[in-house]
Amino acid sequence: MPRYAMAIDTKRCVGCADCVVACQTENDVPIGYCRDWIVQETTGSFPELYLEIRSERCNHCEDAPCVRTCPTGASHIAEGGIVLVEHDDCIGCKACIESCPYDARFVHPEGYIDKCTFCIHRVKEGKDPACVSVCPTHAMIFGDLEDPNSEISRALRTRKYKVLIPEAGTTPHVYYLL
Amino acid sequence: SKDEQNLLADGKIERTPTYCEMCFWKCAGWVYKKDGKPWKIIGNPDDPNSRGRFCPRGTGGIGAYTDPDRLKKPLLRVEKNGKQVFKEVSWDEALDFIAGRMKDIAQKHGPECIALFSHGSGGSYFKTLLHAFGSNNVAAPSYAQCRGPREEAYMLTFGEAVGSPERTDIINAKCLVLLGSHIGENMHNGQVQEFSEAVAHGATVITVDPRFSTAASKSKYWLPIKPGTDLALLLAWIHVIIYEELYDKEYVKKYTFGFEQLKEALKDKTPEWAYPITTIKPHVIRQTAREMAKNAPATIVHPGRHVTWYGDDTQRVRAGAILNALLGSWGRRGGFYFPSKAHLPKMPIPKFPNVKRDWRKAFPNKYPVAHLALSSGICDATIPSPERECSFKGWIVYGTNLPMTLPQPEKTLEAIQHLELLVAIDILPAEITGWADVVLPECTYLERYDNLRLSPGRVPSIALRAPAFEPKYESKPAYWMARELAKRLGLEDYFPAKTIEEYLDYQLKAIGSSLEEMKKIGVKLLPEEAQKLYLEDGEDFEFPTPTGKIELYSTILDEYGFDPIPQYTAHEEPPEGYYRLLYGRAPMHTFGRTTNNPNLHDLMEENTVWINSKVAKQWGIKNGEYITLENQDGVRSTPVKAKVTERIRHDAVFMVHGFGHSDKRLRRAYGKGADDQRLITRVKIDPLMGGTGMRVNFVTFRKEEA
Repeated sequence: MPRYAMAIDTKRCVGCADCVVACQTENDVPIGYCRDWIVQETTGSFPELYLEIRSERCNHCEDAPCVRTCPTGASHIAEGGIVLVEHDDCIGCKACIESCPYDARFVHPEGYIDKCTFCIHRVKEGKDPACVSVCPTHAMIFGDLEDPNSEISRALRTRKYKVLIPEAGTTPHVYYLL
Repeated sequence: SKDEQNLLADGKIERTPTYCEMCFWKCAGWVYKKDGKPWKIIGNPDDPNSRGRFCPRGTGGIGAYTDPDRLKKPLLRVEKNGKQVFKEVSWDEALDFIAGRMKDIAQKHGPECIALFSHGSGGSYFKTLLHAFGSNNVAAPSYAQCRGPREEAYMLTFGEAVGSPERTDIINAKCLVLLGSHIGENMHNGQVQEFSEAVAHGATVITVDPRFSTAASKSKYWLPIKPGTDLALLLAWIHVIIYEELYDKEYVKKYTFGFEQLKEALKDKTPEWAYPITTIKPHVIRQTAREMAKNAPATIVHPGRHVTWYGDDTQRVRAGAILNALLGSWGRRGGFYFPSKAHLPKMPIPKFPNVKRDWRKAFPNKYPVAHLALSSGICDATIPSPERECSFKGWIVYGTNLPMTLPQPEKTLEAIQHLELLVAIDILPAEITGWADVVLPECTYLERYDNLRLSPGRVPSIALRAPAFEPKYESKPAYWMARELAKRLGLEDYFPAKTIEEYLDYQLKAIGSSLEEMKKIGVKLLPEEAQKLYLEDGEDFEFPTPTGKIELYSTILDEYGFDPIPQYTAHEEPPEGYYRLLYGRAPMHTFGRTTNNPNLHDLMEENTVWINSKVAKQWGIKNGEYITLENQDGVRSTPVKAKVTERIRHDAVFMVHGFGHSDKRLRRAYGKGADDQRLITRVKIDPLMGGTGMRVNFVTFRKEEA
């Protein structure tokens, strides 16, 4: 079984938000909503500054609180560890939204909860998620952690990285290369 | 992929080649439809400009097509009950009106009293029309309001302009020096891709900017220079390179002219001299100069792009060009390559008539180095003055929103009052269309053919733009409009192809391709036209300058009585309580032309004004609070959100350009953020080429009344 994950190179990322638009057009995300977004975090004070630019989305956690709190089983872990929402089973109760430490979910205007799917429809065809495939600076890597030769496995072996809010204990699968 | 091929084969998915018009980098890509509906736009992997990857604007191009606020029908200004209103008219009525007024102006004042302002692909057809009509007054704000000083500075020094896409070999650079260049915020795609690649490979980036820009955040050295003093830093760098003997001696000896004069002229321009001017410490100036030399010739002192800052811009950019020459980076790997040019045959047309007067006549003995017409100059010369025998009477404005593009918007509006004809051709309503006599709705780039994109570069390429969708509403492509006008003016012979398809096919067949083939592949490389990118070691080379050498000492400037070697002059500083207004770009927008795009508006719906944290504290301004800005002439901005940040110096503020639309017909963008151009009531004109230095305005803060 593969274990899909994403790594985002904060050195390469310029925060252009192409990943956001590509997700919207690929997945017909309605205008006004997004499944991924850009965060710019500045630390230090003038002139000793550090800026980290991140493309963020659902972390497809190993121990996903959204899946645990979902009363209907609509939120579930699918093939490759991808966390998905089965729209037809979703009652829009928002328990998952409350429980997600990453604020990665929203209520779709059609009433169900929506979020990043790692573009599973593309992954099944052997393609990268839309965000990864368009990134002009090649700042995003998608792949299988179970395959030691995958680009993502190699990147995580050779580069320093972090995950977001590790203290939430959810074992996220979106990594940030530093 | 296989599935995609299958879906394409069953017609569930269709794709059409295009090159993007969301900015002017012209990346080639594919427009996809799913079940007959617009779906997405993806880069074409065969394209050297995009390498298969678009920027957010290109990806969001679908929004340009779907925007419900688009211009829908031709509009004619009419009087109704004493008020001026727009009336929807037929294409025939609109075109007849324009042709009639053009003939009147030609008869009364001469055809050269009509000028064209143009930015974008379709402008070329109106250019042909105007030349055929007898005027060569064709201007683009991209010259005197943007990169003109850069092109002239490089022409003076190396005999060749930098051009677009830039000939910078960033991907192979080991050291990249950026002065106020917003790579990463300015998403010129190929360049940003190379920049990121260079950063990932550990190139040393040196960024000089009063603001901790995206590029600064990726740099080994950030030099937060005092705004307006970059030329002093450049001269000090040149001083270090010369006096520490760090320059490329063989290259300088073989290829340059005027080294001894340069050395003599800059003998006092030490880092210690530059320190109090720039606030950059002498050891940092020395250290960064040594970094440049250590990596030379794979060092690029980037020429910048928008360089109309302080009115001495050609000289400042020339100082950077001189630095590149000393480092031996022109014509070297990791420096500047020699781009290959591509050629396409043109259908034969009659010779254009000779013109009696051109825009230069409006400015006797001024701006001798300018190679292109000045938008600001044409605007000035529309206001009647005793120094001119004739002023402009007609403007055709293609895709440029002049009130938000030219500085001193009050002057633009005054000029408009003197016109007998103002035609605006655009996709969306904008401030300029509100002032027009006739508005012609153009269809978007996704609904039309245009000229083949002919890109120079490492390998020259052509790309096809074909219509993915039928034009919405009653919008029409520029080719059709220009040809229809030509017919009415008796100039049809200048548009020999009845349709643009016929023209494209003629050109493509001449190079062994066809329209049919290009529809399938979108992009074609022309490797047979590629030339070598770099100089060979010790190669004899004649540069296209008067001396045949790289002119450290400019013989042309000497002849015109300007400083042959750049000299530093101090610029006015902000008065107490005022801050220098800086402006720039955001990656998801191209000026004001994308702020109403449904997809892109969502990513950034308003701009903010960046204010240093300590300054904000003094003024009691909180992050996220709406304030207004007031400039030195008492002109106020619309309300704009304060971004209180450590990322900018205490003596400047920064805004992204293109916001604060005042046209209510732009329903999404209307009233969001503030327009920097409104605050640019003062300019410093570059005496060499007429560029309008725009970073010479100062603003103070006014709290919004609740």
